[in-house]
Amino acid sequence: MTAPALEDLLRELTPQVLGVLVRRHGQFEGCEDAVQEAVLAAAVQWPAEGVPENPRGWLVTVASRRLIDQVRSDHARRDRESATAAGVVPGDVPDTDDTLVLLFLCCHPALTAASQTALTLRAVGGLTTAEVARAFLVPEATMAARISRAKQRVKAAGSSFTLPAGAERQDRLRVVLHVLYLIFNEGYTASSGSELHRADLAREAIRLARMVHAQLPGDGEVTGLLALMLLTHARRQARTTAAGDLVPLDEQDRAKWDRELIGEGTELVKASLAGPALGPYQLQAAIAATHADAATAGETNWPQVHALYLIMERIAPNPMVTLNRAVALAEIAGPPAGLALLSALDGDERLAGHHRLLSVRAHLLEKAGDPAGAYEHYRRAAKSTASIAEQRYLESRASRVRPRSVR
Amino acid sequence: MQFLISLHINPAVLDALTDEEKAALGGGHGEFIEALRKSGELITTQALVDPSQAAVVSVRNGQPAVTDGPFLEAKEYLGGFYLIDCEDKERAIELAAQIPDAAIEGLGVEVRQVMFAAGQLEA
Repeated sequence: MTAPALEDLLRELTPQVLGVLVRRHGQFEGCEDAVQEAVLAAAVQWPAEGVPENPRGWLVTVASRRLIDQVRSDHARRDRESATAAGVVPGDVPDTDDTLVLLFLCCHPALTAASQTALTLRAVGGLTTAEVARAFLVPEATMAARISRAKQRVKAAGSSFTLPAGAERQDRLRVVLHVLYLIFNEGYTASSGSELHRADLAREAIRLARMVHAQLPGDGEVTGLLALMLLTHARRQARTTAAGDLVPLDEQDRAKWDRELIGEGTELVKASLAGPALGPYQLQAAIAATHADAATAGETNWPQVHALYLIMERIAPNPMVTLNRAVALAEIAGPPAGLALLSALDGDERLAGHHRLLSVRAHLLEKAGDPAGAYEHYRRAAKSTASIAEQRYLESRASRVRPRSVR
Repeated sequence: MQFLISLHINPAVLDALTDEEKAALGGGHGEFIEALRKSGELITTQALVDPSQAAVVSVRNGQPAVTDGPFLEAKEYLGGFYLIDCEDKERAIELAAQIPDAAIEGLGVEVRQVMFAAGQLEA
């Protein structure tokens, strides 16, 4: 087995093995550590000795032993806990996949988003603490403390190892999807540091979204999120130049878009839109599919993009959605119409001084033939962003429209 | 999100503190570091030597010149910093408010988001 194939296998088995252990022994915290150790042991042993006939059973056995060792070495708790842990019978592995239950646990509402993403990547994604730390550009010790604190919080919240029921399940699923979305974005908007590792986060988010989709194929928002990720990821090669500069959607070389991902994403969008309820991920995916459908930027179906943003404003009102609708409106009704819609956002505190509001206004002023206004807003937007790549892009747009008087 | 919390100290203000106040300041930083470490939000923290020990380096016509610092003639100087990784700017501000310097008139605590990083943290 090649090294990447082995890694894929281990990462796929990690949540399954963890599910088996937690079902047997409870104590998510200790089980999670034991599984991580078992996976590390496998990564060392299997390349040398060959992959065992039943890899999952092997991991369950080794992880269970680690758990017993852990319990035994903990003198204070030995008498209380060794009785349960000693009952491990290797090889008897039930065939249930608890990946989804684990995801709900890792995305527990008692945790901050930063802790949810870290715990999800380790316990469900099967990444090591060092890998998670590298992906988020923090030292391993920082990440180890964060993961350990997150596990304590989950324990203190007293959550059970079952899928939440009814309305709570929908609420919790929304959190899970948001965490996957954040992981994807972290990889997609990589602007500093080792971009290779951060691009891996986008792939990892897609892998996790596929797992959720496989378990809940009928959920429109799950399908929508997976589609949105695929359609966005399809543009990754065209999104930056070789030098790392951002290329806006209308200037991207569409031949570089990944047609296979677009095909898959588009099919998923169609399937999800046929469902009974519409959600924000489905609509964003539908917008991404509309862009993907245009052979050139000039052929974009802007009325459809605008209509989709209108629906989104209705079901999930948010100033960022209105901001995006202003761009679409400017395309169908002219820049002044877009600018008029933007002025409705001026009083909104959530967007005050936000670089997106400034850069969209700059863009529309440029289209409306007001280079001085565009210049000023591009400059202010460049100062407001926390992304180096975006700042470089906005500075270059500013230079393009710079009026003579300030040259 | 990563933030730098910079501590702007005023040597005259620090000198005027009583021994108890100085001890409380040091103890407060110790507790803050421990809490940050446990929550998984501390990347690193460093304190700098007195500004009178600074060297200011410039190169003119290709020739380096070194003069005694500090560079800025001011009452306040950069005394140290915390580099943290936390949820959002609100949390960074909440943390900054826990730093003992923030409660002392004449000392400054400033929060700024990190925009670019290179070095060992990205390895």
